[in-house]
Amino acid sequence: MSLSYFVQQLLNGLSLGGAYALIAIGYTMVYGILRMINFAHGDEFMMAGYFMIYSIAVMPWFLSIPVVILLTILMSVLIERAAYKPLRSAPRMSVMISAIGVSYLLENLANYLFTAMPQSYPQIQILKKVYSFGDVSVSRVTLLAPILTILLAWGLITIVNHTKLGMAMRACSKDQDTARIMGIRVDNIITTTFIIGGALAAIGSILYFTDRNTVQPYSGSLPGLKCFVAAVIGGIGSIPGAVVGGFVVGICQIIITAAGYSVFSDAFTFVLLIIILICKPTGLFGEKAVEKV
Amino acid sequence: MEKDKNKKRNLILTLVLIALIGIYLGALQADTTAHSYAITIIERSSIYAVAAVSMNLIIGFTGQFSLGTAGFMCIGAYVTGILTIPIKMRDQIYYLYGMSPIIHDIKLPMIVALFISAIICALIAALVGWPILRLKSDYLAIGTLGFSEIVRAVFGWEGFGTITNASYGVSNIPPFANIFECVIICAVCIIIMNLLINSSYGRAFMAIRDDDVAAEAMGINLFRTKQLSFVVSSAFAGVAGWLLAIFMRSAVTSTFTVALTYNILLMVVLGGIGSVSGSIIGAFLVTGSQEWLRFLDKEYMFSDIFKNLSGTAFGAMKVPLLRNGFRMVIFSILLMIVVLFWNHGITGSKEVSWNRTINFFKRLKGSKKKTEVAA
Amino acid sequence: MSEEKKTVLRLSDVTMQFGGVVAVNNLSMHVDEGEIVALIGPNGAGKTTAFNCITGVYEPTNGQVAFMGEPMVEDFPSGKMEKNYKGENKGKYTKHISHTPDEITKMGIARTFQNIRLFGGQNVFDNVLVAKHMRAHQNPFSATFRLNYKEEQRMREETWALLKEQGLDQYANWEAKSLSYGMQRRLEIARALATDPKLLCLDEPAAGMNPQETEELSQFILKIRDQYHLTILLIEHHMNLVMGISDRIYCIDFGKLISKGTPDEVANDPKVIEAYLGVQEEEDA
Repeated sequence: MSLSYFVQQLLNGLSLGGAYALIAIGYTMVYGILRMINFAHGDEFMMAGYFMIYSIAVMPWFLSIPVVILLTILMSVLIERAAYKPLRSAPRMSVMISAIGVSYLLENLANYLFTAMPQSYPQIQILKKVYSFGDVSVSRVTLLAPILTILLAWGLITIVNHTKLGMAMRACSKDQDTARIMGIRVDNIITTTFIIGGALAAIGSILYFTDRNTVQPYSGSLPGLKCFVAAVIGGIGSIPGAVVGGFVVGICQIIITAAGYSVFSDAFTFVLLIIILICKPTGLFGEKAVEKV
Repeated sequence: MEKDKNKKRNLILTLVLIALIGIYLGALQADTTAHSYAITIIERSSIYAVAAVSMNLIIGFTGQFSLGTAGFMCIGAYVTGILTIPIKMRDQIYYLYGMSPIIHDIKLPMIVALFISAIICALIAALVGWPILRLKSDYLAIGTLGFSEIVRAVFGWEGFGTITNASYGVSNIPPFANIFECVIICAVCIIIMNLLINSSYGRAFMAIRDDDVAAEAMGINLFRTKQLSFVVSSAFAGVAGWLLAIFMRSAVTSTFTVALTYNILLMVVLGGIGSVSGSIIGAFLVTGSQEWLRFLDKEYMFSDIFKNLSGTAFGAMKVPLLRNGFRMVIFSILLMIVVLFWNHGITGSKEVSWNRTINFFKRLKGSKKKTEVAA
Repeated sequence: MSEEKKTVLRLSDVTMQFGGVVAVNNLSMHVDEGEIVALIGPNGAGKTTAFNCITGVYEPTNGQVAFMGEPMVEDFPSGKMEKNYKGENKGKYTKHISHTPDEITKMGIARTFQNIRLFGGQNVFDNVLVAKHMRAHQNPFSATFRLNYKEEQRMREETWALLKEQGLDQYANWEAKSLSYGMQRRLEIARALATDPKLLCLDEPAAGMNPQETEELSQFILKIRDQYHLTILLIEHHMNLVMGISDRIYCIDFGKLISKGTPDEVANDPKVIEAYLGVQEEEDA
């Protein structure tokens, strides 16, 4: 393996990892507050891909990016209001089944509305510009992805740690009932979480699909599960953890594919999950919770 | 006295029901070409009923949210295929990779393949369950879902092509001799699971589901009991895979996707989490209506609906609403409605029994009378 | 007190530290056969934590719990805790012995919970029947194919007998969650009795009860002690209950044992009064 090939793959891995990290943040934040796996999050990301295809057909790219982000946020909030809010006091399993149901619905809806045929993702010239360094050639989006991810994550961590809103979010994730007694509008905080998750999923989707060129109804489900795994590896509930986990999963996937075992690139992620859960169930940055009896 | 009388009545009713089902199946069997559609639906529903009950055993009765059903079905189906396809067809099927000489000449009777599928699934479940069952419920869901994907990747890998024929899968599996073979094996599987659920161990499962800390304080070993439930559930998922392989006469990894698990979950949820009879009803209802609602997937011309429009310009217009995939949209909306507004499913967590059914009809009649009186 | 009484439960230097917080500090106590011993203390004193160390929910950081003369749980600080350990008697214990809660129940220690934990959706009969599961001679195969029908019948008969003795037989088919609060407490105790314990641990059995119910409860506890030859360890707030039925009392505050002895001795101990009523103005020497 030549050095340039290695550098090329590493850059691809970082780019994919960046997209994964953004989606993983959505999982980790929702889990942190609602203690549920938002199975639909991966499909929101897929839908964001379709939104882009259709919006770019009618408007220039600099308008369609904010439109896609807004639409994804809207969908994310709508899902929370319709499918999760009514089950706030229901057993956790019902909420999980509801989340699976939403994921199932979105996939089938996409299959119905946009057909099962893969559709080509718009090539935004400004993102696709290719730079060459010797044998290594990278597009602008490949370079942009990890940088943008880290900037967004840094911004988010600042919000969570240093603002009043962030304090309310942290309070809700520790104890919703007490947070409510303290005068925090828990429902608003949950909605905010879904807004942030939706926005990041939309940005992640632009980064991810620009590199991959096509969207199909099931292109969200497996990346979605992988991003949840990334969140678990980093320690569920922790934003830096989700970023690190996203990069780990992305780079591992590229390495395995480059080594010629692309069939196992998905399976490996789950092997990684099982290993992490056995060795360090709280993930790399997670906190240990003591259950009271 | 009253109780004994009811018991006797229920026994008679049960026997009558079995006899009626037997006669109906016999009638279908008498002319398989004319009734092939009905036979297909009944066989498919029965197979999914086994899968749904096995999923209900771990999810509904033990409270462990495991989503590995499709993975175990995949294992069962492949094991069956590899062991039972006719020897003289093997070279033809494995033309790309060539079948490994170690297994090339092993052909086993169907029923032996069933036990081997079940045992292999049970062993794998025990192995996988050892780390995975220590996790909390949501991690368990993701872990088992991941396991399912790993299984698919392994069976689809070219490296094992000489055994599994990779993504081409195995085909030409001998079919069921008749509809009775399929239905009776499904019934036996469900009865065995039902017996386990109603035994002392079943009570331990439900104790863990309701309150694991209290169950542990009652001397129930959490890990071993969950493991038992997971192993039994997986073994029967393997048997469901055996059944499906014979029914479809092939085993291909693309059948056993996460969507299959979700489909079975739909049956369990619709029927009622924690009810064996609910799962059976759910399986028949979902499978049956997926067939009946096929018209939703067709693209219609306006002329198909409004006959007198044919020949005009309107006649060539397609109805935009109905198109491939609409049926599944309806199904997912149905699932959401059940989860959100009717989360007990059709039967709730209680079983369907003659007493309940009769009381239900009596109540129905009573309310009708009341409305008549009111009118 | 001529004959030597056997010690059922002995805690030696039990310390439980969560992170930097020492919830139970160097607690030593013992319960003799046939005794009713109470562990009292103000809110947050570490009573339930001590209880959870006995029943296997937590593993103590340091110390030993012996049951029927045999060490049942023993631990010493290791790993990260080795450096951060704030308790005493470090190095006195050198073995790691631990058991899961179900194993401890099987050895003969049954417990109830501070906030009732019944199997709410199941009926009263099944709630008690499930406790018979662990001692039944059966395996999954024999249970599935009903080869254990004699065991099953025995379990059911014993459960009926127990329900009758506890006056719960009339509610056998009721859902556990539909019982009144007092009845739920009774059922939880009955369920604990069904595991055939030698030692019964009750975690605040009178919580939420009115004086009359509390009085009934104390009669009930005395009755079951004699009827089933039990030894009872009790955590309680209600001083009336504790003073009325306990043979001996241990009082802890901030995880530390501050007083022990007969009810009278403890009730008149200034330290106990101080712990319950706050710091007195004049400091006694």
